[in-house]
Amino acid sequence: MKKVLYRHQISKLFTCTLVVYLLLSYSIFAQEENQDQNAVADTEVTTEPSDSGSGDVAKGKQLFNQNCAACHALNRKMTGPALANVESRLAEDEGLDKEWLYTWIKNSAGMISSGDAYANKVYAEYNQAAMTAFPTLSNADIDDILAYTAAPPPAPVAAAAATATSEGGSDSSGITNEIILGALVLVFALLVMMLFLVNNTLQRIAEANGVVLEKDKAVKRIPLWKAFAHNQFLVLVSSIFLLLASAYFAYGWVMQIGIDQGYAPIQPIHYSHKIHAGDNKIECKYCHSSARVSKHSGIPSLNVCMNCHKSIYEYKGNPEGPSAEDLANGYTNEFYTGEIKKLYKAVGWDEENQQYTGDSQPVEWVRIHNLPDLAYFNHSQHVSVAGIECQTCHGPVEEMEIMYQFSTLTMGWCINCHRETNVKVEDNAYYTKIHEELSKKYGVENLTAAQMGGLECGKCHY
Amino acid sequence: MASKKYWKSEAELNPNDSIVEALRQNEFPEEIPVDEFLGDKENLSASTTNRRDFLKYVGFSTAAASLAACEGPVRKSIPYVIKPEQIIPGVANYYATTIADGFDFASILIKTREGRPIKVENNKDAKSNGNANARIQASVLSLYDSTRLQGPLSNGEPADWSEIDTVVKNKLNGLKDTGKQVVLLTQTYASPSTTKLINDFKEVYGNVKHIVYDAISEDAALSAFEAKFGERALPTYDFEKAEIIVSFGADFLADWQGGGYDSGYSKGRIPKNGKMSRHIQFESNMSLTGANADKRIAIKPSEQKKALASLFGKLNNSSINVDLSDNVSRAVEDVATEIKKAGNKAVVVTGLDDVNAQAVTLSINEMLASNAFNPSATRYIRQGNNQAVNRLIQDMNSGNIGALIMDGVNPMYTLPNASDFSEGVAKVDLTVTFSTNWNETTEITEFTAATNHFLESWGDAELIKGHYSLIQPTIKQLFDTRQFQQSLLQWMGSDLNYYDYIKETWSSVILGDASWNKALHDGVFVLESNTEGEDIIAIENATDQEIADQAMSDNAMTSISSAVGALANSVGEGMELILYPKIGMGDGQQANNPWLQEFPDPITRVSWDNYVTVSKADATSLGLINENVANGGLNGSYSKLTVNGISLENVPVIIQPGQAAGTVGLSFGYGRQVGMKTEMQTGVNAYKLYQGFNTIQNVTLERASGMHEFACIQLHNTLMGRGDIIKETTLEIFNTKDHSEWNHVPHVSLNHQEVPATTVDLWDSFDRSIGHHFNMSIDLNACTGCGACVIACHAENNVPVVGKEEVRKSRDMHWLRIDRYYSSEDTFDQDNTKKDELSGPSGTKSGFEEMEIAAVNPQVAFQPVMCQHCNHAPCETVCPVAATTHSRQGQNHMAYNRCVGTRYCANNCPYKVRRFNWFLSNNNDEFDYHFNNDLGKMVINPDVTVRSRGVIEKCSLCIQMTQKTILDAKREGREIIDGEFQTACSNACSNGAIVFGDSNDKESQVTELKKNDRMYHLLESVGTKPNVFYHVKVRNTNEA
Repeated sequence: MKKVLYRHQISKLFTCTLVVYLLLSYSIFAQEENQDQNAVADTEVTTEPSDSGSGDVAKGKQLFNQNCAACHALNRKMTGPALANVESRLAEDEGLDKEWLYTWIKNSAGMISSGDAYANKVYAEYNQAAMTAFPTLSNADIDDILAYTAAPPPAPVAAAAATATSEGGSDSSGITNEIILGALVLVFALLVMMLFLVNNTLQRIAEANGVVLEKDKAVKRIPLWKAFAHNQFLVLVSSIFLLLASAYFAYGWVMQIGIDQGYAPIQPIHYSHKIHAGDNKIECKYCHSSARVSKHSGIPSLNVCMNCHKSIYEYKGNPEGPSAEDLANGYTNEFYTGEIKKLYKAVGWDEENQQYTGDSQPVEWVRIHNLPDLAYFNHSQHVSVAGIECQTCHGPVEEMEIMYQFSTLTMGWCINCHRETNVKVEDNAYYTKIHEELSKKYGVENLTAAQMGGLECGKCHY
Repeated sequence: MASKKYWKSEAELNPNDSIVEALRQNEFPEEIPVDEFLGDKENLSASTTNRRDFLKYVGFSTAAASLAACEGPVRKSIPYVIKPEQIIPGVANYYATTIADGFDFASILIKTREGRPIKVENNKDAKSNGNANARIQASVLSLYDSTRLQGPLSNGEPADWSEIDTVVKNKLNGLKDTGKQVVLLTQTYASPSTTKLINDFKEVYGNVKHIVYDAISEDAALSAFEAKFGERALPTYDFEKAEIIVSFGADFLADWQGGGYDSGYSKGRIPKNGKMSRHIQFESNMSLTGANADKRIAIKPSEQKKALASLFGKLNNSSINVDLSDNVSRAVEDVATEIKKAGNKAVVVTGLDDVNAQAVTLSINEMLASNAFNPSATRYIRQGNNQAVNRLIQDMNSGNIGALIMDGVNPMYTLPNASDFSEGVAKVDLTVTFSTNWNETTEITEFTAATNHFLESWGDAELIKGHYSLIQPTIKQLFDTRQFQQSLLQWMGSDLNYYDYIKETWSSVILGDASWNKALHDGVFVLESNTEGEDIIAIENATDQEIADQAMSDNAMTSISSAVGALANSVGEGMELILYPKIGMGDGQQANNPWLQEFPDPITRVSWDNYVTVSKADATSLGLINENVANGGLNGSYSKLTVNGISLENVPVIIQPGQAAGTVGLSFGYGRQVGMKTEMQTGVNAYKLYQGFNTIQNVTLERASGMHEFACIQLHNTLMGRGDIIKETTLEIFNTKDHSEWNHVPHVSLNHQEVPATTVDLWDSFDRSIGHHFNMSIDLNACTGCGACVIACHAENNVPVVGKEEVRKSRDMHWLRIDRYYSSEDTFDQDNTKKDELSGPSGTKSGFEEMEIAAVNPQVAFQPVMCQHCNHAPCETVCPVAATTHSRQGQNHMAYNRCVGTRYCANNCPYKVRRFNWFLSNNNDEFDYHFNNDLGKMVINPDVTVRSRGVIEKCSLCIQMTQKTILDAKREGREIIDGEFQTACSNACSNGAIVFGDSNDKESQVTELKKNDRMYHLLESVGTKPNVFYHVKVRNTNEA
């Protein structure tokens, strides 16, 4: 059964316009707020201090991000120790100079085996995880990195101030709006009162002058609805039309029961496909690996998340800063970082000590695509054999902040695709013989899934 | 018109008949209980609910229901926190393991999905015992038995392991100096590691005695073999190598000496180059083996002994005076000639529970130098020692036993003298029972150690000398359980776990240079040279010196001549009872398994019961009857069985064609009560009559009042001369005549001309030459009727269990049934002749009536019937909603959700293979089987829909399996190799009777079989063009 998509939509048109109007009117104010924030961000960038001891901070930052950030952060322990002011800390606490650092970075393993006391101490403290040797880094590079680590971190105070101002801004704009609205209401009320008074006065004058009003004359005309009711043919036709129309809409409404297109439930962790698959271009099947071999695409287990999130502990946003829409929805960097913390809690990751506590709590995701049990669907057939993009059925996942059901997932939808899609037979020895014989039989170059038998009941229902 | 009188019955002829009068007055003979459901007036008026309220409720609930239906439920999806590397949701994993539950021993594969074992498969790598029978196939469901013990108990109250450990250790230590014995009473393990472990345990605690107890003992065979060959074990037989198989009461296709002989037998039964084995069976009960025999002589056990003695004499050319009836002595004479002719290609086996009989057959086989007989490949899967068990009961009662630790046994149920045992147990200081379930024995012991199911356990087994097999867990323990061996280690004060212990044992004595991981992966390991056998831990059981001495004295007694003499002089007075294990239930340890309860016995086709089988002659003289009642069910008289003053009351009677007159049969395994669901408490306990551990008993049988309601799924037992259902021929005709004579294609009349039915068709055929076209071949010669496929199908396809009441109404759900037919004349061939010769209306009527009754000793034929997947299917054309359609691959599809339950298809199916779901069998309080509890549901195959009420279901040719095979090939970009396509039944059939494959693949085995002369389709005259075909059954009636 093909789903009737648009039948019931006319009825929704009005509601939609209303909703759209209301949404737009809200975003007008939201933009103001956003501009404030941008301004703050700008100041932040400019106020970043650029004084450096001997190295280039900007270059150091780049090098740090390329080489060190996977295991080190400035102000927190990760796989390796926190590196803010590492040079001075070492010099003050341990009495180790820059030379020690050069050797360590270039060949840490060698230093540990040579029996250096502090090297061994660090090695033991961090679960004996050997640091990758970086023989390619020159001393100047290391200087740059150290300069970056020595640069004071961006003051969180500024950010706090920024939020404060932005809140203030939105408050003031709310007040002005109310005043304007109030004034307008007052003006309207005055106008209405004046109109009423004028009308009364005019009538009184007319009465005094003996003018008979037009209204009283027009009595004997049959009202339109009565005329309509007297014309039986018209009544019949229009009731038939009405019945048909309502049946049409009722049918459309009934047929969409159980179709959860657009279903976007609130998930226990706000996971953004947009950030992962869109901004960071992570391949779908990196996480949904079982789609290659199994009927299930598989929701990734939390250990897969931790492959990256062990080092990605906070959300830094995209380079252009959060978009207006994101901010309107409350998707700030802090919000996302909070979601990462939810992951840590679920998987039992102790950020402080960089280790698993063993106290885990599986995440109960809400299933979005609920194919009924009576239909057998196999992901690997479509993903691995047919080579269909995930987006064909799941829609523009890389743009979805909140995952939703893109397709109708009805049988008609499946069958349409099977009718239209050609089977990918190239480089697949399984298909060689059957393709040769069948294409000859049907006299076609390419076979559709339907021609291959993909419409038979038992292929999906058993 | 008015004067016309309609007679309702002949009773009306008698004007004074009170019933007629009563009927005239009252329309209904019984009062219609109107008041009961309308209630009395007072109640009605007192009710606060009036009609208007009622309508409001109806209105509200309708509206509420429709509103609620609009909102979809929120479904949760919970991934692993840390995903195990080898588990991919949706992809099955297979693990090799072994079942060794004391009764069934086999190397098997376990299919797991998302970590749940869901199916048992044969281990095709195993060189011996790699085949799962029906019980082994069903054993996976016993893992999910909702009545399993969830933790250890102390006097029936939940306890901690640590608590039990402390008490047991203290008591064992306390017993060290008292001179009292510690006894381990266990099942047969055939396990090298367990044997070693028990020896270690003996070293720690001293004075430990290990007694092996088999519920159904093979003591006679073991003793006879020990006396002759010096080792307490059983020989192996390879029936494939035998041309003449003579059996005296040995049900070797079932559980004789541990079973597992059917696949070799079947291979020899397929006619090749004009040759097949000939099988002659002397027996009393109609056994599965007897049903497959070419010649079956139904005689009492005492006569079997005499016949065996006489045969020995004839082969030995010594004159032995045996008093035998004429036809039996003639049969023995014939057998002797045939055996002499076959020489070393003959084999003689016996299942008589008698040391002499066993000794004589061993001698005969040795004398013949039989190829099929291999005394050096010894089997260790039966070790039970009757004398030791008897002595234990004496010792317990005299207070000599300090501790009794039991594992894998349920003596309170299986011992005939259970009351002596329980009195003895009361005098033992410490009693521990290892058990998966609460049972008769755990009731009387102090501690109940909840033990693992074998699918949760580690272990090993040496099924045949040098053939080792590993048991590995396929799921983490579901409950707080601990296996026996682990507990022994714990109590010995060892901190090893049993896995390490096995690994150590294997690497030190078994594996040599071979890899442990490979052995574990394969599940089996064969020690190539037996010379190293010296180092291997002998699976011994010379438990103590006394018994060994006794065995020695037995030896003297069992010198062959005296054995033959004893046999020749055996006397059978009165009625003889033969106790036997049923195919479905075995020794009864899986009695709580609904699949096995609903499994119809291959011979009687009765499920959910055991019964006493009586011959027609005895039944008539005792007034015992079987009858079909109005609702189609089978009823049977009750009887009372008495052996040595011990009686079993209310034993239902089945009149069994082929039962030797003067004998009755009764199966073990039923009648369990304790710890069982009420539905599963079926049958009577035959162990009570198992006096002196002898399966042959003198019995008196009396009729008791009342009738028993059976759940029998086949009420029509004879073939009625319908030779096109089961085609049969003899080897002689098969070898000498053209196939058109013995595999005649039926002819129909077309335009007043007789033409072969295969050429006539209502429909045009589709082109089926492209792609796959599935065909299934069933060889009636290779099929023994064992039923492993029935349970395999059950497990693979989520077939519901419906219970005794429903089965009785012929609402059984088996997708695959094995029809069993008896001949009504002596052979099926004579049936056909008789039918053809019937003439005249009255002659035909009485003739057919006669043919409904099976012969006294009939021929038997088995025929597995599943959906035939007709290319021109009658069911497809009558479905009003096109719920059943045909696929290009030859499968007849069934879309359950499209089905509206008109059942036209089932009515139009000539093979009666469609099953209707009369009820919702899952999540329904009316049923209490595995579909109705969370644990039992874990066995459900996630690839197959669980059907709802009101839809038809039937065999799909395991489309989920064929589709998977195709998908695997597509994904790997390769062609499919023959043998990859399998169904649950073809996979389960170790006999090679069911072969499945792609008939468009010219090289495939199934194409080959389709071209065979023996090929025919079931009811070919109907013109359905099925994709399942059969092979004509050939009987070897060649008398030498």
